[in-house]
Amino acid sequence: MDMTALFLSRIQFAFTITFHIIFPSFTIGLAAWLTVLEALSFSTGRPVYGVIFDFWLKIFGIAFGMGVVSGIVMAFQFGTNWSVLSRMSGPIQGPLLMFETFWAFMLEASFFGVLIFGRSRVPPWFYLFSTAMVALGTTFSAFWIMVNNSWMQVPTGYVLENGAFVPNDWSKIIFNSVVWSRFPHMVLAAYLTGAFCVAATGAWYMLRKVYHAEARIMLRMGLGLAAVLMPIQLLFGHLNGEYVNTYQPSKMAAIEGRWNDEKPGSEVLFAWPDVASRRNLFAITLPPPFGSLIDSDSLTAAETGLNSIPRENWPPVVIPFFAFRIMVGCGLLMLGLAWLGSYLSYRHRLAYNRPLLWLTFLSFPLPFIAIITGWFTAEVGRQPWVVFGVLRTADAMTPFLTARQATISLVIFCTVYSFIFLFGTFYIYRLIRTGPVRKPFATPHLVVPNRPMSLADDELIEDPSHLVAGE
Amino acid sequence: MVMFWVSLLAISILLYVLLDGVDLGVGLLFGLASGETRRGAMLSAVAPIWDGNETWLVVTAVILWGAFPLVYATLLSAFYLPLIVMLLGLILRGVAFEFRYKTQRLRWIWDLSFAGGSLSATFIQGMTVGALVEGLPFTNGQYSGGEAGWFTPFAVLCGVGLCLGYALLGACWLAKKCEAEIRDVAHRQIPVLAVGVLAFLVVVFAYALAENLPILHRWIDRPYLFVFPAIGAVAATVLALSIVRHNDHWPFYMVALIFISAFGTLALSFWPYMIPFVISINEAAAPHSSLAFMFWGCGVIVFPLMLLYTVISYTVFRGKVRAVDGYGHH
Repeated sequence: MDMTALFLSRIQFAFTITFHIIFPSFTIGLAAWLTVLEALSFSTGRPVYGVIFDFWLKIFGIAFGMGVVSGIVMAFQFGTNWSVLSRMSGPIQGPLLMFETFWAFMLEASFFGVLIFGRSRVPPWFYLFSTAMVALGTTFSAFWIMVNNSWMQVPTGYVLENGAFVPNDWSKIIFNSVVWSRFPHMVLAAYLTGAFCVAATGAWYMLRKVYHAEARIMLRMGLGLAAVLMPIQLLFGHLNGEYVNTYQPSKMAAIEGRWNDEKPGSEVLFAWPDVASRRNLFAITLPPPFGSLIDSDSLTAAETGLNSIPRENWPPVVIPFFAFRIMVGCGLLMLGLAWLGSYLSYRHRLAYNRPLLWLTFLSFPLPFIAIITGWFTAEVGRQPWVVFGVLRTADAMTPFLTARQATISLVIFCTVYSFIFLFGTFYIYRLIRTGPVRKPFATPHLVVPNRPMSLADDELIEDPSHLVAGE
Repeated sequence: MVMFWVSLLAISILLYVLLDGVDLGVGLLFGLASGETRRGAMLSAVAPIWDGNETWLVVTAVILWGAFPLVYATLLSAFYLPLIVMLLGLILRGVAFEFRYKTQRLRWIWDLSFAGGSLSATFIQGMTVGALVEGLPFTNGQYSGGEAGWFTPFAVLCGVGLCLGYALLGACWLAKKCEAEIRDVAHRQIPVLAVGVLAFLVVVFAYALAENLPILHRWIDRPYLFVFPAIGAVAATVLALSIVRHNDHWPFYMVALIFISAFGTLALSFWPYMIPFVISINEAAAPHSSLAFMFWGCGVIVFPLMLLYTVISYTVFRGKVRAVDGYGHH
């Protein structure tokens, strides 16, 4: 076992999955938002909804494409770097990924084609139906991925036979209670991402005093949705904490920076966890029973500390500790912004409140940061296990993988992904800067299903100045 | 149940090779073509279909993982570096379809990544098959070839062979889908590439004889295997006739038939092994509870739907591509 190869493989998986999650978390929300817009356009007949729809469809196309290509890599990486895991858990994780490919791909691929080139070829109700099916496809995809990951967090419904996890109860695997707090948490996070990106775009147009009608709708709907969803998201976040507390006390202790068993527990707000001396430096702590109240909904419950867990079963404490706080911080900021913005919008004062418009405009990275740090909390906190309590990450790696191979692959992944990410985000930026086009939707000559990003080409034809600027 | 998933795996691999072989082959020929008009027309001949084609690779990967986890784990880890280069090649050529129309000055970057990505992906696929045919080094059922156990002269030869094969498939597709100059160029390329593929097959056979590859013994044991090469030979004859007559459509179908017969030949000579002669189908198969779950949830209904979708998308885009159809032009 090559420890450097193990470390590099973990970095590589973290890098590629972090890169990948950015796009689905954006497109799951956007697909739902497109469905809402199309439904509004269908029921009210107001052209402004159609304009906004066409605009966001282009952005959806690029993000969807980047999500697809970065997702293909994930389907292979379990086998290349983690061959012991993929052999042992193949009978469970393989079928779950197959459901994702077969179910989600079917819906997305079939109806995405209609979405892009079918506007003039199908009746409006079928177009709306297609939009909803794409949204459903992205949600299915998220569902199967969450079932898969939840099994790695809380393995259930299997027996260990001949060194493999053999499923003996699929209903336990799919209806694992953990799935049903984690899946809504992820979908809500994706909806909030969509909402804040839409609101930030609206705020940007307001500040630039362009596209007033569209910007007003984007701001009002984006912030309004966030104002409703954010408290629900906090509730599901809390429910997630309960499963962690029940099934993964080591992760909970790391998140809370709790070293000793406490009954009832105190709550560390901020600190620097010093792993070597097993204590917190510069700690700001709420006294008992706040820790028990937050972690166990109880005034008296006992809370486990890291000292009562064998050292070799500890996760890296610092990463989950800070990642969790960054996630919660982003969530609270988004909650404040959504409530204040919605209140001002309700009083028709948001358009004149430039500081709040600026804050809304600058808020678009918050949901992405929250999702990435949330996943860091879940995945780093699960260490040193890849399948919690059953299979260690160190034992899951391809046994003959060398540090040299892992270095080469990591370097080329980083290079190619950065290259593509820079261009992709630049094209999205250029689309958003250009803004919606107020003209009857014309189906381009040969816009192609399965070629999501082809939508982005239109802008160049609309206005030659962007071609120059785009160079 | 195991047989069901073996069949689905075989169908998915075959579809991948035939469908993505076309657009990878066009990618290879793209590197030889010059001039924006020609390049644009070549791209538009595969633009509507390449992404769907590539999805069959993902389908293949998840069937392998779900139904034959041992093979998935063994193959993917043994071919570590080549597979990662292949994936990045596929990504680079995939985004090139979109990104090359976003820029004039930097278009050469995306053209390079399109041709280069197609080349590396094709070469590696051929090399992988070659290494499997020759036999990977195994000790007690564990891959023991180290970082480059797959790198042999025979594997490299097969890599080159598949490049010729995909290029031939691509040229036949261009003859079928395009008009005027592109078609004429394709008609000139087809005989050259066909002779190249033929020469490759002769060399492979000679090499297999000289090295006394274990796979050859299967042929002596099972003479009925010669049905597939016989089909291939008939297809090659019809191909030669259709080349002489400058037919637009027959070459493609005949080359596809040659690919199918080559695939059948390989599959049957591997049988009942998945990694010859180390891991058999039954050893590799996932437990019944997994296979049955996938059968009801994915196999019986959703898989036929996916086939149907592929048929529909090819039906929608049937016929010749007009020069103005390139999506740089709308």
